[in-house]
Amino acid sequence: MTDKPEEAISAPPLSQEPPDVEATAKGHKRLERNVTLLAVATFLTVTIGGIVEIAPLFWIDNTVEKVDGMRPYTPLELAGRDIYIREGCYTCHSQMIRPFKDEVERYGHYSLAAESMYDHPFQWGSKRTGPDLARVGGRYSDEWHVQHLVNPQDVVPESIMPQYGFLAEADLEVADPAANLTALRRVGVPYTDEQIENAESDLALQADSFGDAEALASRYPKSQVRDYDGDPSRLTEMDALVAYLQMLGTLVDVESAAAQEELTNEKGR
Amino acid sequence: MQAETTLGRAGLWFLVALAAMAAMLGAKDSGFAAHALIVAIIAFGLLIVSVARFDPAASLSGFFKIPQEATRYDDDPVRWAVLATLFWGLAGFLAGLFIALQLVFPELNLEPYLNFGRVRPLHTSAVIFAFGGNALIATSFYVVQRTCRARLALPGMARFVFWGYQVFIVLAATGYLLGITQSKEYAEPEWYVDLWLTIVWVCYLLVFVATIMRRKEPHIYVANWFFLAFIVTVAMLHVVNNLAMPVSLLGARSYSLFAGVQDALTQWWYGHNAVGFFLTAGFLAMMYYFVPKQAERPVYSYRLSIIHFWSLIFLYIWAGPHHLHYTALPDWAQTLGMVFSIMLWMPSWGGMINGLMTLNGAWDKVRTDPIIRMMVMALAFYGMSTFEGPMMSIKAVNSLSHYTDWTIGHVHSGALGWNGMITFACVYYLVPRLWKRKRLYSLRMINWHFWLATLGIVFYAASMWVAGITQGLMWREYGADGYLVNSFADTVAALQPMYLMRAFGGFLYLSGFLIMLYNVWQTLAGRLRDEAPMTETPHDEEADRPVPPTAVPAE
Repeated sequence: MTDKPEEAISAPPLSQEPPDVEATAKGHKRLERNVTLLAVATFLTVTIGGIVEIAPLFWIDNTVEKVDGMRPYTPLELAGRDIYIREGCYTCHSQMIRPFKDEVERYGHYSLAAESMYDHPFQWGSKRTGPDLARVGGRYSDEWHVQHLVNPQDVVPESIMPQYGFLAEADLEVADPAANLTALRRVGVPYTDEQIENAESDLALQADSFGDAEALASRYPKSQVRDYDGDPSRLTEMDALVAYLQMLGTLVDVESAAAQEELTNEKGR
Repeated sequence: MQAETTLGRAGLWFLVALAAMAAMLGAKDSGFAAHALIVAIIAFGLLIVSVARFDPAASLSGFFKIPQEATRYDDDPVRWAVLATLFWGLAGFLAGLFIALQLVFPELNLEPYLNFGRVRPLHTSAVIFAFGGNALIATSFYVVQRTCRARLALPGMARFVFWGYQVFIVLAATGYLLGITQSKEYAEPEWYVDLWLTIVWVCYLLVFVATIMRRKEPHIYVANWFFLAFIVTVAMLHVVNNLAMPVSLLGARSYSLFAGVQDALTQWWYGHNAVGFFLTAGFLAMMYYFVPKQAERPVYSYRLSIIHFWSLIFLYIWAGPHHLHYTALPDWAQTLGMVFSIMLWMPSWGGMINGLMTLNGAWDKVRTDPIIRMMVMALAFYGMSTFEGPMMSIKAVNSLSHYTDWTIGHVHSGALGWNGMITFACVYYLVPRLWKRKRLYSLRMINWHFWLATLGIVFYAASMWVAGITQGLMWREYGADGYLVNSFADTVAALQPMYLMRAFGGFLYLSGFLIMLYNVWQTLAGRLRDEAPMTETPHDEEADRPVPPTAVPAE
């Protein structure tokens, strides 16, 4: 056995590549024989797109053109927004009007990037099983909203929207309104100390017809103070949700001369 | 049997312990309280003893007839993941049919827990992450062992990956019904569930890579590149998109780190690549192992697999902005997203071609082997939806299709056609091998499943195309007077028949799946259905005659 020449027992190389793949395979062979290298190469390949597309949005100035009127949500509007998210309203309603003639006529001026600059997370949506809500604020009365949420088919017979009557029965429970504002401040929403200090009282004040509207307006311009759900004795989830719906799209006066001038000078769109 | 007795005994001791605790708390004097405490401690100890004697895994293994003998490869986690795939598939399809019916009959919304807005994320997560995710865990653990000729490294961690993933699913699913969501589509679970998934996912990567490192083959097989890309990229997407600030460490609510435009693009960078890496790269990995195995042919082109692997993972990442055409996202990003989405058509079809051409020389199996037939249909749907996707990402097309049911139809031709069919085919391949059965209970039932599912998808996709285009055209329809013709409510009413047809398609797809469950259950039980084989045409004496002379030319 041992005196046989070594060549006689040596096997052919394990992987005899067919000749036509030689060129491609050669460079690639190192990758497919080393899992670390393969994983690193894969990771680098998949990071490029995100770095080129997403990262610049954080520093290119005209991504979010500044407009007058934007302010953070009041505690009650924020509570309403949290209910909007909890109920999955975004699965059927968008909040992003595209710059088409029919959409602008149906829903109002097309949406500006700045209008969602305080939205953590954004609520642009992806599907319109129901209509867009970006500018629904002020379009209907509070009574209409309450009636519509309790039983949509009462006011829109064709509607396939679920019923949300339980919102009118549920007391609004926000564990700590100031903590919500603080968390948002940590991710960049410019809530002032004064706004955070008054969060608890502002929450109740805004749904109280006799609340101090001027004090709230000094902290949150254009805020609306009234009883929203038709039941002044209680602060319900319905109050919060309707307050949120009634402020959507009302902050920026897109039709004003100044706004129109800024829009014509807008770049990169 | 053992489970019932253990449960009974443990329950008894638990009640005694509870009663003793109540007596202690309500005791009128301290002596009685002390005695009640002693009784409670004894009952509690006996409770522990009864529970410790119980081995739930063993009785479950018996229930699902899991083979116990030692095998070359560690297939236990694979078996459990196959069972979980089927279980969550049923849950996800039922939820889908339910919400489809809610859109036709709004009375089916049962407020608050079963309203559409809460069940819809339950459906999407159940089918993508629970059904699809378990299929990926099962197949990746199965494939990596065979293609590396190595047992799973870190077997304990592999089991943790499986069970930890089920915990994630349960927390996510119950969370949606309770209204715990961060509203980012396909990334709805809140911060603490996200953290848990991150831990599970890192362990998944470790098990997978460590197994590859133990391989006894010089090359890493192509299926494993795709699995690796899927695991690595999903980790990156998951972590970045879920960056959020919790309101309190003891509360569910958190606020996303990003806002508005940046949040939107981060979300769709994630959302589109959940499709690209979870539902495409991972499932292509399944295709690269199970299609050649079932067809008993080598992969068509090794060079094509290299080219389409790298181009697919490079291009997919860029395609996210096509979900945000004509929104407030800057134009340059939209255009970039559109261009890359169109380019993506090519590597996608590279995968389809590599899969279909693997059948070169074995095309007769499409006629004789229902599993191959399912795989071919899956690849055909993959090809169709990866053509439709780039087309819909063209801005002019998207202006019509966006926000409509066309998108829903597109997603389902991919999900039901590609992901569903390839998963069914793989499960049909795996079950007899994992449970050491001669063959499946019935091949003819696979054929039934195939046709019900295919017909279901046709109903689904066709009705959603019509619905989407109807919707898009009605929204933008102007009359001669220069006013919009339709109110929004008009468009809702117009879609009702389409929604009903879609629900019917879903029902067909679900009924095909029920046949699969029955077939798999019988296979687990070790039964074989007495049926005519699908591969042979029986000899018919009557028909076997010479051609009558009248058919001979006269001259």
